[in-house]
Amino acid sequence: MSAEAPHVKGGIGQSILRKEDARFIRGKGNYVDDVKLPGMLYLDITRSPYAHAKITAIRTEKALKIPGVLAVITGKDLEAAGLAWMPTLMSDKQMVLPVDTVMYQAQEVVGVVADSRYAAADGAAAVEVDYEPLPVVTNPFKALEPGAPVIRTDRAEKSNHIWHWETGDKSGTDEALGGSEVRVAQDLYIPRIHVSSMETCGCIAHMDSVSGRFTIWMTTQAPHAIRTVFALVTGLPEQNIRVISPDIGGGFGGKVPVYPGYVIASVASIKTGHPVKWIEDRSENLQADSFARDYHIHAEVGATKDGKVTGLKVKTLADHGYTDAAANPSKFPAGLFHIITGSYPFAKAFVEVDAAYTNKPPGGIAYRCSFRVTEAVYTIERMMDILAHKLNIDPAELRLKNFIPPEAFPYKSALGWTYDSGNYAGALRKAMEIIDYAGLRREQAEKRAKGELMGIGISSFTEIVGAGPSQTFDILGIKMFDSAEVRIHPTGKVIARFGTKSQGQGHETTYAQILAEELGIPADDIRVEEGDTDTAPYGLGTYASRSTPTAGAAASMAARKIREKGQKIAAHLLEVSPDDIEWKDYAFRVKGVPTKSKTMAEVAFAAYTNHPKGMEAGLEAVDYYDPPNMTFPFGSYICVVDIDKDTGQVKVRRFVAVDDCGTIINPMIVDGQIHGGLTMGFAPALLEEIQYDEDGNIHGGTFMDYLVPTAVETPNWETAKTVTPSPHHPIGAKGVGESATVGAPPAIVNAVVDALRPYGVEHIDIPIHPWKVWQIIHGGTKPG
Amino acid sequence: MAATARPISPAASLMSVGGPVTKVQVTVNGQLYTAEVEPRTLLVFFLREILGLTGTHVGCDTSNCGVCTVHLDGRPVKSCTVLAVQANGCQVKTVEGLEVGGKLSPVQQAFYEEHGLQCGFCTPGMMMTATALLERNPNPSDGEIRDAIRGNLCRCTGYVNIVKAVKSAGKKMQAPPASGGSP
Repeated sequence: MSAEAPHVKGGIGQSILRKEDARFIRGKGNYVDDVKLPGMLYLDITRSPYAHAKITAIRTEKALKIPGVLAVITGKDLEAAGLAWMPTLMSDKQMVLPVDTVMYQAQEVVGVVADSRYAAADGAAAVEVDYEPLPVVTNPFKALEPGAPVIRTDRAEKSNHIWHWETGDKSGTDEALGGSEVRVAQDLYIPRIHVSSMETCGCIAHMDSVSGRFTIWMTTQAPHAIRTVFALVTGLPEQNIRVISPDIGGGFGGKVPVYPGYVIASVASIKTGHPVKWIEDRSENLQADSFARDYHIHAEVGATKDGKVTGLKVKTLADHGYTDAAANPSKFPAGLFHIITGSYPFAKAFVEVDAAYTNKPPGGIAYRCSFRVTEAVYTIERMMDILAHKLNIDPAELRLKNFIPPEAFPYKSALGWTYDSGNYAGALRKAMEIIDYAGLRREQAEKRAKGELMGIGISSFTEIVGAGPSQTFDILGIKMFDSAEVRIHPTGKVIARFGTKSQGQGHETTYAQILAEELGIPADDIRVEEGDTDTAPYGLGTYASRSTPTAGAAASMAARKIREKGQKIAAHLLEVSPDDIEWKDYAFRVKGVPTKSKTMAEVAFAAYTNHPKGMEAGLEAVDYYDPPNMTFPFGSYICVVDIDKDTGQVKVRRFVAVDDCGTIINPMIVDGQIHGGLTMGFAPALLEEIQYDEDGNIHGGTFMDYLVPTAVETPNWETAKTVTPSPHHPIGAKGVGESATVGAPPAIVNAVVDALRPYGVEHIDIPIHPWKVWQIIHGGTKPG
Repeated sequence: MAATARPISPAASLMSVGGPVTKVQVTVNGQLYTAEVEPRTLLVFFLREILGLTGTHVGCDTSNCGVCTVHLDGRPVKSCTVLAVQANGCQVKTVEGLEVGGKLSPVQQAFYEEHGLQCGFCTPGMMMTATALLERNPNPSDGEIRDAIRGNLCRCTGYVNIVKAVKSAGKKMQAPPASGGSP
């Protein structure tokens, strides 16, 4: 920015430091477990050691004898209150506590309430439960075989099949593939992974029996939606429910669902009359909270012999665990998986997904991408590499040959999306230049000649975020708008409240920057609040990179409503007609006489002290923003790996990420989001996986064996940007939180497969642990 | 600093359930605290729930994540893996003790300036580990920093800006006091 250019302190495009950090760097954050109320009790939970079993007896006498233990809560207690089951977001149902059958290992069985954390844990350990084991199904393919044990005997349909969903032109796609000169097909498995936010989940529920007020401090990314769900499920009047989402120690989608612990704590508070705190352990968090992915994908791509894509067909089996508790918009059981045509102009495409029950905890929630976009991007970007290899074309060249060109936007995809804007070749060319792609290919050829293993992988992803337009996007009927309420005080200072909820993204800073830009008031003078349903306007919360596309847009629109009123006040102060006033360079100015002007602060003071006759006092506005379309961030990533032949260890030598998220509000924060997102793309590619054995025992249920990357494994990310604004967002922003998690895995896998081409490898399922690589090098096997 | 004994009422002790208790005296951030605790009480719960120093967090149950890192007699330890009775007679420093006289420590200042935190949950432990590293090696390489913080997990930042912050803090510690604004 040049010194002369008009700007406002802390406006859009400035890397201002974060407002929220003042408390975090001093250890003064206020997370749920930091809240302490008078008379507060603690809940701990006895969990099932079996993945599928009949409960034949529950004995709680010993637990109740432990000093400090005050109450136990079982499924039978909840059944009496009609709360043994609760609805999921996908119109399925989920147990709070089981009445007679457990469905997965680590499932909640009995709640124990005590006057101390340790006594509650002692009590939970002293509960005795007798089980009669039942046949276990952990493989979704086996779950759908005839004669498989039916897991959900409560349903009318006696099968483990949940639903079938499809979209696209089936016969047209078959025809396109049949007529294609080249066809490639591949099975791809994306295993279960877990968000593992550093803060686990928890709450303090407090039913005040005198006032009838129910308050819950809760690790939730969507406090308003939770309030409404609580009202609908419990019958409590909604005005008596207050959901407070204090500082959240990372969410990534794992804090969208309502977990049984929240409900048990709530019942415990009603039962005891005391506030009840429930904070899960890490092991409980990893073993029982909802999971992401678990998609078994078969994909087929057709192309002409010179490499132009023709058709895409995808068949997928989704493992949902024992209930469909996915966190998708209600009309999208497979999320936005049909973004799967990616950055390429497939004329024909068809996608189908079948969902199955297994004896695992609920799956289908986010891992920094809620709506199956990661699964889609992984599939298409792996398939493009497989196609490139089949055609013997460089994978960069194949992508450049196929990309939807910039002039084709808005672009209507074969599966029905209208992409807002893009310049895919621009991002890939930039990444190739930064990393010296040609030089790397030369180096690779030299190394290959010497028998050394080096690989280069590309991912040119298209994201879809900002859910969403109300005609198609709702959660249990509630439209997916989001909101901002902006109030300017007489001294020109601002308080703004939002329906979203930051979990580390820095909303207090970025929203203030949007408002600073729109109102001409320095970001330092703007206070942003979220997460208290008593004060914030209604919104659907923060997940799926929707905050900037929805609530960020609402901030702009609310500010513009304020400017409309401000224009009339400025006209009054400057004694001209409102039509003679324009908003320019962060002030209300008389057209043609720009020095004759009033700042927003002057107008705000007048709004309370000298407003025009007939006008209401005050200067504030609310906006509920219904986005006209989704936004489509994109980018190109290039990864270089070296592989140690003796150990099978994959080392990411360089990783260049060129992202385009439209207008950038705070470059420092955007880079931070990309660094974190890349690490959460790297993790499932090379490290993280939750596995189950045939008896349903979880492998990877603690941080000892669930491998969250440390600073040592994590590459030193290199980032760059292109900027292609969204044409329909008020400031052209698209959202960025999940892009890198979505885009990174195929770049890494493509690089590893590229390195191992000399061994005839076409694909390796993630996570690519050293043993898989070692077997390829030394055992001659080809892991599928 | 004068040692001030602070009595703890039984009601304030979240650990005591009527079993045997042990008296501990621990100096935390320069202040002497005396309390009666169950012998099994972990240092992290002593700090958080008895002393109310909630800046030290709990993130796992296997000593892997490091969000509970504090200094025990000057060395970084995971306070979920130390009993309060083991800290008897010791000096403990927590994140609340980093800022002195209203002035942020170089590590705090650098984490703020380099965007070395996002959700803030791992930040106290990360800063305590970084502080201990810089006290013995004020000029670490990137590799030495990454190695030093390998016991502290962060899910938000991808570590890039944490490494930058630790480097920058090391420089601040060696340079004369600078003027950077604090938040």
